[in-house]
Amino acid sequence: MPVPKRKPNMARKKVPMPEQEPQVRIRNFAEVALGYTPAQAVEEARRCLQCKEPRCIQGCPVNVPIPDFIKLIEEERFVEAYKKIVETNNLPAICGRVCPQEIQCERYCLRGEKGEPVAIGRLERFAADYAASLSGSGGRKRIRRSFKPKGKVAVVGSGPAGLTCATDLAKAGYEVTIFEALHTPGGVLVYGIPEFRLPKSVVQREVDNVKKLGVDIQTNMVIGKVLSMDELFAQGYQAVFVGTGAGLPVFMRIPGENLNGVMSANEFLTRVNLMKGYRFPEYDTPVKVGRRVAVVGGGNVAMDAARCALRLGTEKVYIIYRRSEEEMPARREEVHHAKEEGIEFRFCTSPVRILGDDHGWVKGMECVEMELREPDASGRRRPVVKPGSEHVVNVETVIIAIGTTPNPLVARTTPGLALTEFGGIAADEATGQTSREGVFAGGDIVTGAATVILAMGAGKRAAKAIDEYITTKQWR
Amino acid sequence: MNKIIKKRVLAPTIKLFEAESPLIAKKVEPGQFVILRVHKKGERIPLTVADYDRERGTITLVFEEVGKTTVLLGQLKEGESILDLVGPLGKPTDFEGLKKVVALGGGLGTALVLPQVKEMYKRGIRVDVIIGARNAALVLFEEEIRPYCANLYITTDDGSRGHKGLVTDILKKLLDGGNEYDRAIAVGPLVMMKAVCELTKDYGLPVTVSMDPIMIDGTGMCGCCRLTLGGEIKFACVDGPEFDGHLVDFDEVIRRKEMYRKEEKMAMNSLPCSLKERYNACT
Repeated sequence: MPVPKRKPNMARKKVPMPEQEPQVRIRNFAEVALGYTPAQAVEEARRCLQCKEPRCIQGCPVNVPIPDFIKLIEEERFVEAYKKIVETNNLPAICGRVCPQEIQCERYCLRGEKGEPVAIGRLERFAADYAASLSGSGGRKRIRRSFKPKGKVAVVGSGPAGLTCATDLAKAGYEVTIFEALHTPGGVLVYGIPEFRLPKSVVQREVDNVKKLGVDIQTNMVIGKVLSMDELFAQGYQAVFVGTGAGLPVFMRIPGENLNGVMSANEFLTRVNLMKGYRFPEYDTPVKVGRRVAVVGGGNVAMDAARCALRLGTEKVYIIYRRSEEEMPARREEVHHAKEEGIEFRFCTSPVRILGDDHGWVKGMECVEMELREPDASGRRRPVVKPGSEHVVNVETVIIAIGTTPNPLVARTTPGLALTEFGGIAADEATGQTSREGVFAGGDIVTGAATVILAMGAGKRAAKAIDEYITTKQWR
Repeated sequence: MNKIIKKRVLAPTIKLFEAESPLIAKKVEPGQFVILRVHKKGERIPLTVADYDRERGTITLVFEEVGKTTVLLGQLKEGESILDLVGPLGKPTDFEGLKKVVALGGGLGTALVLPQVKEMYKRGIRVDVIIGARNAALVLFEEEIRPYCANLYITTDDGSRGHKGLVTDILKKLLDGGNEYDRAIAVGPLVMMKAVCELTKDYGLPVTVSMDPIMIDGTGMCGCCRLTLGGEIKFACVDGPEFDGHLVDFDEVIRRKEMYRKEEKMAMNSLPCSLKERYNACT
């Protein structure tokens, strides 16, 4: 049968994704980007050239067969497209929303050389949401295990690294238990990333999919406190994967940091996202912001915090960042969204102290302007204080989003676990193997704060290595 | 899991639960705490573990109904379960090198002194205990503590039991009377611990205090519970909850504890009136 010649859509720009209007969305916590319709998805899928040697896959930390699933979307075989993605990616509805595609798959897309790359992330999200809309659960069936498990593995932490590692091991025939410290599984996906970027119902759906594979998730379990690593092995777990994340907030060590009204971004986002403080008093955990808010930092967490603050009804939100826009580590898309919503960026500005009123509440933040000099070790231009540039930014709330460090709870209570110089767990990049036999680690606990997809990639590689280790009993 | 197997009303608003939690019971040490949640839209609050029974697999919690969460917690009956219970969190009390200690429990803080006194007894550390309360009805754990201490002193604000006045009055008398201690351990309201710290400073007696700030996760993640200790930021949840009392900036701790006072009142007001009336919160 003759195959009709495929004519790609040669439009230079991506099919735009419908979004809530900025003036509307700053008053609600509903998702900003609304997702493609089937017609939009097919139109965008037609932009893919179906390269014989696709480069996009190399850019994906979990090697999703990108051209294959896009072709299936083009052919309107949406559920099959979803199934193709989940062959390698357990959390497509999440990745389609929060992956920095612009520095991964889409960066390598041939179409990007003349115009915009194919909207791979949006298509991934479309396939996942479409499949979920049919079955209500992402289209995955519960796996009934009639065979004897290949072994027993414990996973510490239910963030992206842990969920991915657990899924791959369950699929490979292992009995897996995830231990989560908080009362809800999902890690940073539930406490960190806000509802308007990643609806918690989407996270819940993906967590349910993991459970359907037979993975047992135990919440309220702080490993290192209630059970030690040794006790896990004594309970018959043959390997342990540690994916506890980079959860500890860094403070600036400037005067006034403990004033009432100063919070870490972790605290602020946890109150808003995990505890649903934006629905206080329906939910019991309050979150308090003043009329004006300053968020210090230039990463995605800073953008999330600023945009949450805005949605809580503040009049003015500033982002204070000590270098220029060019150096900001946040995704362009997030910066763009933040600007659209009216957040004011103060670049090349650095706080020196936080000022308090007579009752110990924040009333302002003294800042200096910075000049950028020659690049430092991180490759970014080094900021130097501009003399005489002191000024006060009048705010009642300061949110500090200058980074996080690895959670030391497991490391501190596990003898024989080698650490990195910044306090993370030292692990082999290819396998996640740590210095202690049977213990693997991956995600932010190893790399320091990074992205969801990198953590997933680490979880995936560790799952493979754990399978090998348990099968061969060889610790290399 | 987390089933309440015994409930006792110690005073109209002070309740005791013995709850099933074998894993926590096996690990918890004096000075450590748990975090709990009562319902699906509830907040996370820390409570110090007042006692534990490793064989029975139970922990004892004592709490005063001061806010929405503790009021709702107090409504739970024997046989019902606490929705979420996580722990043991924080560092255990450090008893290393101690031979003679004076322990001061103020109000509900006495509940935390109990496991410490028991542990010190087990370790052969001699302990004098001073219990302070608002009135005779609120003197807690007197009989439970008595067998484990050398001397027990009681003070009440209104003089309805023991000495009329403050725990620091007794402590001062003991110190002036030539009693020597390696350390004082004070657990109670912030103003009481602050007063103990000021007094012991004059006598050069080291003091350990137990902090109970606002917390969310309790594992070092949010930094909400931070305090200044000798000029450095510490997190009560992972670096504490016990600290060298002479280094704690109490005024800051007191101020930070007030941060959500307005919201706490709002939450109380959202309770059904039948509950609120009992706590004089119905407006």
